[in-house]
Amino acid sequence: MAQHPAKPPRVGDKPAIRWTLIAFVVFFGSLLVLAPLLVIFTQAFALGIGHFAETIALPDTRHAIFLTVLTALIAVPLNTIFGIAAAWAITKFEFWGRRFLLIVIEIPFSISPVVAGVAYLFVYGLQGLFGPALQSAEIQILFALPGIVLASMFVTAPFVARELIPLMQAQGRDLEEAATSLGASGWRTFLTVTLPNIRWALLYGVVLCNARVMGEFGAVSVVSGKIRGQTNTLPLHIELLYHDYNTVGAFAAASILAVLALVTIVAKLALERRGAGRAGRPALASPTVAIQEKTS
Amino acid sequence: MKRLLLAGAAAALLFAAPAQAQSPDKILNSSYDIARELFAAINEAFVPAYKAQTGRDVTVDQSHGGTSAQARSIAEGLEADVVTFNQTTDIDFLVQQGFVSEDWQSEFPNNASPYYSFPSFLVREGNPKNITDWDDLARDDVEVIFPNPKTSGNARYTYLAAVAYAKEAFGDDEEKIAEFVGKIFDNVPVFDTGGRGATTTFIERGIGDVIITFEAETRSIAREYGEDSYDSVVPSVSLLAEFPVAIVDRVAERRGSQELAKDYLNFLYSEEGQRIAATFGNRVHDEKVTAEFADQFPEVRLVTAEDVFGGWDRIQEEHFASDAKLDQIFGDR
Repeated sequence: MAQHPAKPPRVGDKPAIRWTLIAFVVFFGSLLVLAPLLVIFTQAFALGIGHFAETIALPDTRHAIFLTVLTALIAVPLNTIFGIAAAWAITKFEFWGRRFLLIVIEIPFSISPVVAGVAYLFVYGLQGLFGPALQSAEIQILFALPGIVLASMFVTAPFVARELIPLMQAQGRDLEEAATSLGASGWRTFLTVTLPNIRWALLYGVVLCNARVMGEFGAVSVVSGKIRGQTNTLPLHIELLYHDYNTVGAFAAASILAVLALVTIVAKLALERRGAGRAGRPALASPTVAIQEKTS
Repeated sequence: MKRLLLAGAAAALLFAAPAQAQSPDKILNSSYDIARELFAAINEAFVPAYKAQTGRDVTVDQSHGGTSAQARSIAEGLEADVVTFNQTTDIDFLVQQGFVSEDWQSEFPNNASPYYSFPSFLVREGNPKNITDWDDLARDDVEVIFPNPKTSGNARYTYLAAVAYAKEAFGDDEEKIAEFVGKIFDNVPVFDTGGRGATTTFIERGIGDVIITFEAETRSIAREYGEDSYDSVVPSVSLLAEFPVAIVDRVAERRGSQELAKDYLNFLYSEEGQRIAATFGNRVHDEKVTAEFADQFPEVRLVTAEDVFGGWDRIQEEHFASDAKLDQIFGDR
C-alpha cells in the first residue's frame, strides 16, 4: 500500500462505512441466527425445567438422541478417512480423471438431500436394483441404521475433502517429496508431514461434517422409515413432535440438537486455542524441522 | 494403520448386519403423522390386554408420517405388518403394489375403518362472527383458513365437504356450486401446504376467523392451545372421513405375524380401543362408547364420498386431476 499513495482508501477506512457495515452484519446476524436460537431455548423451557427434563427422558426422545449420536460416530470417521484420501489423491497425484473425481466429490453439495434419499430407494428399495436380493438374504439396509448412515454419509461426503483440497493444493507436494527422498515411508510422511500441515482445516471439516450429519433431515427422512425408538433420528423426531401438537416437546428436542451442534463448535474452538498456544511457529515450519532432525 | 483397518472391518460388519431377528412377538404399525399420541395410548392398552388373553408379551412399534410417503416406504421394503392410515387411496396404492389383498375393506367391520371424523370448524372464543355452517364461510366478512387442497389431503376433504353442501343447496347447478366454493376459496388469505402450517397461521399468526380441519384435530388444537380460547363448531352436514386399517399381507406372511396383526387391528374395534379413539376426538361406532361421549359429539349428518361423488376414482377424475374442477376453481387464486 505504501508505494501507491494515490490509491483510494479501502472500504472500511471511513468510520461511517465501517460502523454501518458492522451494524448491518450484527443486526442480520441476530435476526437470522441468534433470535431463532433464543426462541428454541425459551420455548423449550416454557413449561419449566421439569417438563423439559420429562420430555427429554421419554424413551423415544432418548433413543432419537442416541441414534443421532451413533450415526455421527459412524459416518463422521468414515467420511474423514474418505475426505483425506480424496484430497490426497487429487492434490498429490496426477492421474486421468482427476478433474472428474473433483466434480464427483462436489455432487452432494449441489444435489438436494431428498434426491439422494430417493436415489437410495431406487438402489436398495424393494422396487429397486438390489432390494429383492437383499430381502432374500435378510439384509436390511433401508429403514434401518445402515440406510440412515449411508444417506448421512452421502450428504456430508464433500465436507472434509472440500476443506482440505485448497489447502493441500496451496501447500504443494514439495514437503512430501522431500520426506520421501529422505527415506520416509508413505505412512510416515503422511503422519509427520501432511497431517500436521492440514490439521486445522481437517478439524474444521470434521466439525462441519459432524454438524451436518446430526442435523440431516431430507435424505434421512426418505430412508429412515421413521420407526419410533428404532430409526427415528433427532431431526425427524422433532418434526414428529411438532406435527403432534407437542410444541414444547419439539422445542426441547430441538434445543438438544442445538446443544449437540454447539458442543462441537466449542470443542473445535477449545482445540484450536490449545493448539495455537503450543505451536507458536508457522505451521509449515514444523514438519521440515522434523525431517531435518531425523536425518542429522 | 491396523486400527484403521479394524474400524473399517467393524463398519463393514455393521453394514452387513442381518435384519433384526424376526420375532412374531413384535409388529410394526405404519400410521399417519398426527396419530402418535393416539397409538401410544392404544398400544399401551393393547399389550396388557393381549397378555391377559393369550399370555404372550408383544411389542407394537410405530412409524408415523404422511400416509402417501408411508405407503411408498412399505412398497420399498419398510416391514410394516399393519397400516392405520387416514386415506383410503393410500391403501389402494398398496393393493396395486401387491402388498394388501384386494378385499381388505371387508376384512374388518365398517369398511375397515374403526373410527371416523369429518371436516369441522374451530372458531375464536365466543364465535364473534357467528359461524355455524358452510354458507357462513362464503360471507364477505369471514376469513377462512385451510391448507392448499393441491398438497393437503385434509384440505381435499374440506373442499369436497363444501362441494357436498353446495350440491344439496343448489341441486345440480354446477355454476352455482362453483361460485359458492369459489367464494369460500376467496376468503382464504393464505394457503399453507399442510394442516400443521394452517394451524400455525390460525393460532400463532392470529389470521382468520375459522379454521377447517378434521373434528378430531380441532380437539387436539384446542387442547394444545387452550380450550378457552377456541370453540368447536360442527356444521349441519359434512363429509365422512374414514381412517382405514389393513394388514400388510405380504409383510405379515413373510414374518408370520398375520394373527397378531389381526388381533391388534381387532382391538381397535373393542370397547377399550373405541374409548381411547373417542378420547382423542374421533367418532366411533361402538354404541356404549358413543353414548358415553354423547355430550362431546354434537349431531351431524355425514354424507359419503361414494354417495355424493360416486367414489374416489371418480373424485380423482372429476375434481383433482389436472384442469379438473378443483383447478378451475383454484386456478386464479
